[in-house]
Amino acid sequence: MSVQATSMNRFLRIFSGPFGALLMLLYAGAVTYLLTLDPRSLLGRLLLFSALALIYFIPQRPAVKFLLGAAIALMIIPAIGLRNPFLLEIGFQIAVFATLALGLNVVVGFAGLLDLGYVAFFAVGAYLWAFFGSQQIWHIDEAPGTFTVFATFPFPAWWFWIFIPLGTLAAAGMGILLGFPVLRLRGDYLAIVTLGFGEVIRVLANNLDKPINLTNGPQGITPIQRPPLPAFLISAELLATLSKWAGRPINENDVYGFFFYFLGLVILGLTIVIARRLDRSKLGRSWTAIREDDIAAVAMGVPLRRTKLTAFAIGAAFSGAMGVLYAANRTFVSPETFSLTASISILVMVILGGLGSIPGVVMGATVVTLLNIDVLQSLSLQLSSLRQGPDSIPLLGIPWKDLPTQLDPARYQRFFFGLLLILMMIFRPEGMVPAQRARLELHEGDAEGIPGAEIEGDITPDEKLAD
Amino acid sequence: MSFILELDKVTKRFGGLVAVSAVDLRIEAGSISSVIGPNGAGKTTIFNTITGIYKPEEGEIRFDGKTIVGMRPDRITAQGMCRTFQNIRLFHNMTVLENIMVGGHTQTPSTAWGAVLRTRRFKQSEEDARQEAQRLLLYVGLPRGLGDQLARNLPYGQQRRVEIARALASKPKLILLDEPTAGMNPQETESATRLFRRLRDELGITVVLIEHDMKVVMGISERISVIDYGQKIAEGTPAEVRKDQRVIEAYLGRHAESTTISMH
Repeated sequence: MSVQATSMNRFLRIFSGPFGALLMLLYAGAVTYLLTLDPRSLLGRLLLFSALALIYFIPQRPAVKFLLGAAIALMIIPAIGLRNPFLLEIGFQIAVFATLALGLNVVVGFAGLLDLGYVAFFAVGAYLWAFFGSQQIWHIDEAPGTFTVFATFPFPAWWFWIFIPLGTLAAAGMGILLGFPVLRLRGDYLAIVTLGFGEVIRVLANNLDKPINLTNGPQGITPIQRPPLPAFLISAELLATLSKWAGRPINENDVYGFFFYFLGLVILGLTIVIARRLDRSKLGRSWTAIREDDIAAVAMGVPLRRTKLTAFAIGAAFSGAMGVLYAANRTFVSPETFSLTASISILVMVILGGLGSIPGVVMGATVVTLLNIDVLQSLSLQLSSLRQGPDSIPLLGIPWKDLPTQLDPARYQRFFFGLLLILMMIFRPEGMVPAQRARLELHEGDAEGIPGAEIEGDITPDEKLAD
Repeated sequence: MSFILELDKVTKRFGGLVAVSAVDLRIEAGSISSVIGPNGAGKTTIFNTITGIYKPEEGEIRFDGKTIVGMRPDRITAQGMCRTFQNIRLFHNMTVLENIMVGGHTQTPSTAWGAVLRTRRFKQSEEDARQEAQRLLLYVGLPRGLGDQLARNLPYGQQRRVEIARALASKPKLILLDEPTAGMNPQETESATRLFRRLRDELGITVVLIEHDMKVVMGISERISVIDYGQKIAEGTPAEVRKDQRVIEAYLGRHAESTTISMH
């Protein structure tokens, strides 16, 4: 492997043995301390999440890594979240998008079916609970904006728990529905059709406000019910104690922040376990086989149709569950969330992290989500506060306030994604944490190409003309 | 005499081109036979039609007494017929063992639910599949340690053997080998030929080869069918085929001296 890789390994070796585990704890502790001093510190947040990533790479036993990771995710983040609820919001969004990315990874990474409309399945879950968990059902014969919101909900809020499995099933069903017409397509053709499918779902959400008003059109549906919290979580004593720890008043909304964060983690955890187990099973092998060579796979007895459909269904199922959760968390759902850019964003997470690699995809989702909702926004905020002050840009001598707003980092979100992707494709095409296979493929096979093995059937038109 | 595979007047067209024209073929159970013919004669098309990758326009194909025309290729494999490919089609980025385990797809009873719940039955069936794959790896003459290598990193001759092991994993009654010694040196060819014979002698599998190496064909086949321009032009024992005037013409041209087919 390359020089960088070995120096990286040398660095990681510091964290081996009991001393290394202690060092990791110290690092996490130091970051926690930094964050207690300034709960809003962007640097602190980034160090905290990078600690999580680092834990994955350090040479420790899996159990130790798991404990260290759990300590950060289940104790440190909630503890700091008490002071700065934004951290919990980031954690929740990472959980949501990591789950979506894992679902897409089943389709694109495992089975090799490029799906550019994946966010549609997320929309199915979200709109399912948006419709049944709001008062929309009373207004299906009224145009958006013309009615006053009714007082009662058709279903009690605890039905949320029933709609999580329902959303999963509905999305899986949509996955199969999409799967059928595209069974015969591959590569570019498949990508275009799935892209169209994604847009169809978004346009439907946008336009199903008449003749019957199912989605309330571009205005979106609100309010959507959140699941009821158990009484002890919102008891006056608990809230008072928490307020004392936090140094700020803690109310029911804050408790919901914790609730959604933890629920998001649970669903993410389940998704990881399921995806991992499927990958290492007969079904996982069949997915890889049809990705590699579908004719050979079929000739070995792998049923092409069913294998592809299960990939679509299982991939979609994960995002259906998250859709329900997301709708409840936002209490608002509108078509905007489910645009093509959202699908692309999720695909970027998968590719950045490493196609087919579960830890990679989770990390990819973390990086992209942090960039999306935290880093660029925070930089923009800091810039705008500088703009209000009297200072000048160092070296250049231009006053901050004369800096055009067009240069806001938040406006360059897509630019940074593009740049990131290009750099990744040049320097590390297999992703941040390559799948075991891709790693073998890109680095060990180089020296031993097999001459003649792939010549047949691989002749380009030019070569044909040449002879 | 029982036939494991019977083709009756099978015709396969691609647009105006008749790739296979009313071909009759009878393969006796437990035999080793070959299909030979000049390049482009339609041999591989016949294999693709038998295994369900192509659907014939006319004719009837029976495997083990049952018609398989129009059956999906994976179902045909499940009936007990498996194949290798002329231009080796391994799953390049899977390990050798995984390749063979995919071949065992129809023999592995585990389900997706079992995989998610990690049931005892799932673990058992995965373990069985792995051990069977390991056993087949050794059976086709590959070294034990090869299982964890990526298929693409293997030399050509070994890839051919992995393909045979992968086909064997489906527990076939009939195996179709499409130019299995192409690209091999004489020693490799010889040991591969021994392997083909063992498949029949030890495992009782009926073997059908498409082969260009006349030494292999004449040495191993009990019956040979000769295809030219999509038609069967001759059939018989190696000795009969060797003397057949039409075969000589097909290989050497119409005005050739009526000597025997050269053996290279």
